[in-house]
Amino acid sequence: MRPARVQLLVTCLVDRFFPGTGESVVRVLERAGVAVTVPAGQTCCGQPAFNAGYDPDARALARHTIDVLSASDDPVVVPSGSCGDMMIHQYVALLGDDPEYGPKARALAARTYELTTFLARVLGVTDLGATGTGTLSYHACCHGLRGLGVAGEPKALLAGVRGVTTCPLPEAEVCCGFGGLFAVKMSEISGEMLARKLDAIEACGADTIAVTDVSCGMHMNGGLRRRGSKVRVAHIADVLAGATEDRS
Amino acid sequence: MNPVAVPFYRRVEEALGKTRMRHAVRHTSGRAMESRRAAIAELDSSDAVRDEARAIRSRTLAALDQHLDTFATNVERNGGTVFFAETGDDAVDYIRRLARERGIKTIVKGKSMVSEEIELNPVLEADGLEVVETDLGEYIVQLDNDKPSHIVAPILHKTKEDCARVFKEKLGATDEEVAGVPQMTQLARRILRKAFLKADMGITGVNFGVAETGSVTICTNEGNGRLSSSLPRVFVAIMGMERLVPTAADLGVMLEVLGRSGTGQRLTVYSNILSGPRRPGEPDGPEEFHVVIVDNGRSEVLAGELAEILYCIRCGACLYACPVYQQIGGHAYGSVYSGPVGSVLSPALSGIHAFHDLPHASTLCGACREVCPVRIDIPRMLLRLRAKGVEAGESPQWVSLGIKVLGWIGTKPRLFGLAGRVAARVAGMAATDGWIRELPGHLAGWTASRDFPAPARESFQERWARTHGPTPTDGSQS
Repeated sequence: MRPARVQLLVTCLVDRFFPGTGESVVRVLERAGVAVTVPAGQTCCGQPAFNAGYDPDARALARHTIDVLSASDDPVVVPSGSCGDMMIHQYVALLGDDPEYGPKARALAARTYELTTFLARVLGVTDLGATGTGTLSYHACCHGLRGLGVAGEPKALLAGVRGVTTCPLPEAEVCCGFGGLFAVKMSEISGEMLARKLDAIEACGADTIAVTDVSCGMHMNGGLRRRGSKVRVAHIADVLAGATEDRS
Repeated sequence: MNPVAVPFYRRVEEALGKTRMRHAVRHTSGRAMESRRAAIAELDSSDAVRDEARAIRSRTLAALDQHLDTFATNVERNGGTVFFAETGDDAVDYIRRLARERGIKTIVKGKSMVSEEIELNPVLEADGLEVVETDLGEYIVQLDNDKPSHIVAPILHKTKEDCARVFKEKLGATDEEVAGVPQMTQLARRILRKAFLKADMGITGVNFGVAETGSVTICTNEGNGRLSSSLPRVFVAIMGMERLVPTAADLGVMLEVLGRSGTGQRLTVYSNILSGPRRPGEPDGPEEFHVVIVDNGRSEVLAGELAEILYCIRCGACLYACPVYQQIGGHAYGSVYSGPVGSVLSPALSGIHAFHDLPHASTLCGACREVCPVRIDIPRMLLRLRAKGVEAGESPQWVSLGIKVLGWIGTKPRLFGLAGRVAARVAGMAATDGWIRELPGHLAGWTASRDFPAPARESFQERWARTHGPTPTDGSQS
């Protein structure tokens, strides 16, 4: 059955760093014909703690997020493959044995979707009537791609954008070097991985690179800005909403 | 297995400065990934073959003691000798005693990562034995006093010019003899032939032991494994305890995925299956056939939450696929086992303290898991090891503090929102056009090569509450 309403887990990065992207997500979902609620009290899904090896802290954040999203049975949409993987796979790994939160984690995992998966697979929508300009390409963020199997969905959605030409990004499935704390703790290696990604981006001829995660997006944009490049990485919701992120 | 004394960040710094090495690693890795992709694509259902290979590994390890028992019984029935070495030192002692008792003077060696793990060569050399590595890459490593940087391709980090230099410096080769790869190979071949004919002991690694037949399988592309195992009068195979398959049929599946994943071949050029010493009437083969089975921490790994890493068949695909390995090469890992599998195996075998940095040398991108012929979930184990590191007090204080703060305010939405607003205010003063050029303290690494976005004054949720009013299902708790 086609859901009429969804809960948006906006993610802490979109919430505090890229609120405009959050609005694009809402616009895109509404355009696809679903009502959007934003359960209050959202903070962080706990992935930074989990990835750093702090399981007890990750559990606390996971329980909180589960509580925030369990007041309603509506499907949960997350505009991130990374947070999506955390909620769909790692919550169960962290809390599976917990008598109270284990079942809740499994129930949440079963009704949580990464944004493009929800649009293309659950709603079966790939043409959102979006328009754009210039040349568009796509970088596959790792956790969405290899954690959730998000591959064809974003491409199908981007193919529905009118007024743009598209071009392939070489090594589109190679990591940009973000990796959360990795970019800080192992900043030299991360910087070299980023340089390789940006070389490919600048050489491919696109003006905009669409991604499913603002985390990878801010990493690449931070590097592109530092290089003085005109190319920009945009969250796919911003592309599909026909909007660009206003950071001022 | 001890880590290199130089700290990880220094090794990385050094590696990143080696432009030629990095070019060689990236070039060769790229080519290897291409051939792997082509070789895997040939299979009707590569996923099904990999599932089968994984199932074999899983089945084997679930009853490893039984399979080891069967294997040992059958090796002995074939006329061979089995020695179970609990530690690396036990294995080294057995081999050096054997060499002494048999009056050995020259040893030819096939490639063996376990022999690197137990640091065999230096001990044998100190005993006055001549030890010659016969895998071409390992031979060049040995000549140059270097270390292998990849479990399958030991000189992945060297260009052909580097190799030419080694041959000229160490062997006095002429320009003509090092004019190209074929010439260098011919030169090495001439020298190694003499060593094969002279040697009285051969030592090789083992790709797979076959329990039901008591055989050891050695896969090479140069034939050096066959010569090392058949020409000298004493043969010693060194095998990691987990490198078994129950049956010959299982071996067939494993050889298929090993060749395709490791070198992009349908099968390695030589797959030698050796079952015991020369029998009466046979024209060749060793007089003595020894199998040294090395535990060296594996039993403990098998009993714990990282047991899955013992599924590894050492194909090297995860190294080629890893974007971190492609940047820093193998030496920076400071362990015999480098790359993604090494980042799990090294701390698993030698303790988290010795290799606590390695599980963090990954973005958890999952490229390793994607190419693994036995589908080992390496990212999952890196996460387990990170958690172990935290428990062991190996995590930096600033990270601990940061995560504790996140864990605390993350369950208190109002406080979380307030912290965000304060951060936005502070960052706003340092930002230009919404981006920060220089972050302080431990975060400075980020801004060494990229700008950082300033948080927004009004968050999405704050704007939503302002325009939509409070949500009826308000889950906020503070």
